[in-house]
Amino acid sequence: MKYISEFRDGDLAQKIAAGIRGEADPARRYHFMEFCGGHTHAISRYGIVDLLPDNVRMIHGPGCPVCVLPIGRVDQAIRLALDAGVTLCTYGDCLRVPASDGLSLLKAKARGGDVRMVYSCMDAVTLAQKHPERQVVFFAIGFETTTPPTAVAIRQAAALGLKNFSVLCCHVLTPAAIVGILESPEARAGQIVLDGMVGPAHVSTIIGSQPYAFVPERYGKPVVIAGFEPLDVLQAIRLLIRQVNDGRAEIENEFTRAVTPAGNRKAQALVAEVFELRPEFEWRGLGSLPASALRIRDTFAEFDAEKRFPADYASVPDHKACECGAILRGVKRPQECKIFGTVCTPENPVGSCMVSSEGACAAHYTYGRYRDV
Amino acid sequence: MTRTRKPYTRPLDLKHGQVDMAHGSGGRAMAQLIDELFARHLGNEYLGQGDDGAVLPAPGEGRLVMATDAHVVSPLFFPGGDIGCLSVHGTINDVAVMGAKPLYLAAAFILEEGLPLADLARVVQSMAAAAAAAGVPVVTGDTKVVERGKGDGIFIATTGVGVVPPGRELSGRRARPGDVVLVSGTLGDHGMAIMAERESLGFEGADGHSPILSDSAALHGLIEAMLASGAAIRVLRDPTRGGLATTLNEIARQSGVGILLQEKSLPVKPAVHAACELLGLDPLYVANEGKLVAICAENDAEKLLTAMRAHPLGQAAAIVGTVQADDHHFVQMTTAFGGLRIVDWLSGDQLPRIC
Repeated sequence: MKYISEFRDGDLAQKIAAGIRGEADPARRYHFMEFCGGHTHAISRYGIVDLLPDNVRMIHGPGCPVCVLPIGRVDQAIRLALDAGVTLCTYGDCLRVPASDGLSLLKAKARGGDVRMVYSCMDAVTLAQKHPERQVVFFAIGFETTTPPTAVAIRQAAALGLKNFSVLCCHVLTPAAIVGILESPEARAGQIVLDGMVGPAHVSTIIGSQPYAFVPERYGKPVVIAGFEPLDVLQAIRLLIRQVNDGRAEIENEFTRAVTPAGNRKAQALVAEVFELRPEFEWRGLGSLPASALRIRDTFAEFDAEKRFPADYASVPDHKACECGAILRGVKRPQECKIFGTVCTPENPVGSCMVSSEGACAAHYTYGRYRDV
Repeated sequence: MTRTRKPYTRPLDLKHGQVDMAHGSGGRAMAQLIDELFARHLGNEYLGQGDDGAVLPAPGEGRLVMATDAHVVSPLFFPGGDIGCLSVHGTINDVAVMGAKPLYLAAAFILEEGLPLADLARVVQSMAAAAAAAGVPVVTGDTKVVERGKGDGIFIATTGVGVVPPGRELSGRRARPGDVVLVSGTLGDHGMAIMAERESLGFEGADGHSPILSDSAALHGLIEAMLASGAAIRVLRDPTRGGLATTLNEIARQSGVGILLQEKSLPVKPAVHAACELLGLDPLYVANEGKLVAICAENDAEKLLTAMRAHPLGQAAAIVGTVQADDHHFVQMTTAFGGLRIVDWLSGDQLPRIC
């Protein structure tokens, strides 16, 4: 397939892998974090770890939209579906995230909640148009990639004068999460070694490469923005190794076919028109981070589900044995969690990282657990 | 003086009529539905007996194979097929992959009140055409009607009976290390055809229609050709729900072996591949309704492949992997990229990723 198969070429991969083996200094170890779940997925699905020398280790980051969603937010959505009786629409993966009382949105559906999976938030707007008698709520999650479409949906609903459409806004921001990682107690205590970061792909098409400038400037760590195809990831790892070897810390852009320094200004303007910063937002694993998420501006308040329905947010602690927090901060690997693959499996996820195939635990369980045996 | 009128029953209104509760109540309306729709299209000497069960000639030597399958597809009509032909093909295939010659089908219909009779007629005609083409008659049946909202238009459960000749042993338990894994054609066509319709995704080819058609087909002819090749076939199975990945995991567990796939060898149509990419799905897990997986002895693989490719339903057949010893019974895949990964059981439904 054009524009896909070129970036999955096995022969080229072997060449880059040989280059990496040649350039990686056998006398040192390299620890790189891939921020995005899309990269985690590519690394696992294409078996990229098998192409890397032993002294290059990839640490899975928190950039998986459902992984960082705290239990309390899913609870809010479930209450809207079960107690407020709304038609709750959301994206696929979100349906299986475990919440309080052993529920998930999928289980809420089985209990009679009207929960729908949509491919686009515009489908939720269409649903609201078709069913004026139903209150339709779109449970909006995701990083900067999924935010502009939600902004469009809200503007569209306003233009149509819809009185039965609203959004439970849980959109989060990537740079704030990177700060959260680099400022975590473990990072400050020197318990995680991080030599560089594979920067987001789709997120960067929206926000550009500039917003990551603080990573090399303030923390002295290189960032290479990379696409989600496996060759992109390999090439980014090679560029990171070069920067480390040269003692450089810069922003490099491997994903030039889609990412510019300034990003997509139209999308940014849309987002700024509809959303504003939340003073703080709770993340799973990273705790409460300042200015790390968006809420709907007062101009569009009538489309804010948190204002339309009594659905106050209450923080809920994670399951005691679940290490999702430490895994999301890059402190632990999935197989170091006591319940990984036993109590917690993709069939019965305890933590959010076991839900989406972008989650570190699910990716390792689904694609790579043969390495543990 | 009495005048005998010629008996007359107003025929079913197949244009505008709908199924109502009377059609399932056992009275005249039901008899009429059976006569004018089911018997008319599906009729044969056994169905025509009109008793509670069909009395069939005892098959000659060999063992009986029986399989049953309930069909609940939404939408009822999709590019490349409908629930009618699907309910015939699916059950014939379940019988045929046991190495049996399928002989008879039974069909039970659960109809939802309000279903347009025109839709029902279309489905029954499609079933009849599929059964006739396959040479496997529907010999007995049943109809029930449920209230509006308690069904999804039509559910069809079909049961098939066939006979395996003596000496023919096919089972998911018989794969052994060293064996070779083949598939009869492209993967994921049926599942993506359904998904494109169900989610109104509006995939369009150059002609304005979805380029992805269901592969719904009866495979017993292909299977006979494969068995006639003389290749030592150990396992045949049709990778329906859950796709190739699920079927191979079932076989690996049953046989107590591991399976190693080669991603480069997997046949997938470009349109299906593209649709899967868009939705974040993996064609390995998408349903097929006219494909089979075969596992055979290593030395016979080429002979079997030639026999498959010579049949119209096996033209895109390919060798896709090997069976290996593995205490964990993992299905693994050498990726086109050169790495290795597990091809795991599906957990729940395949859901699209977000980012």
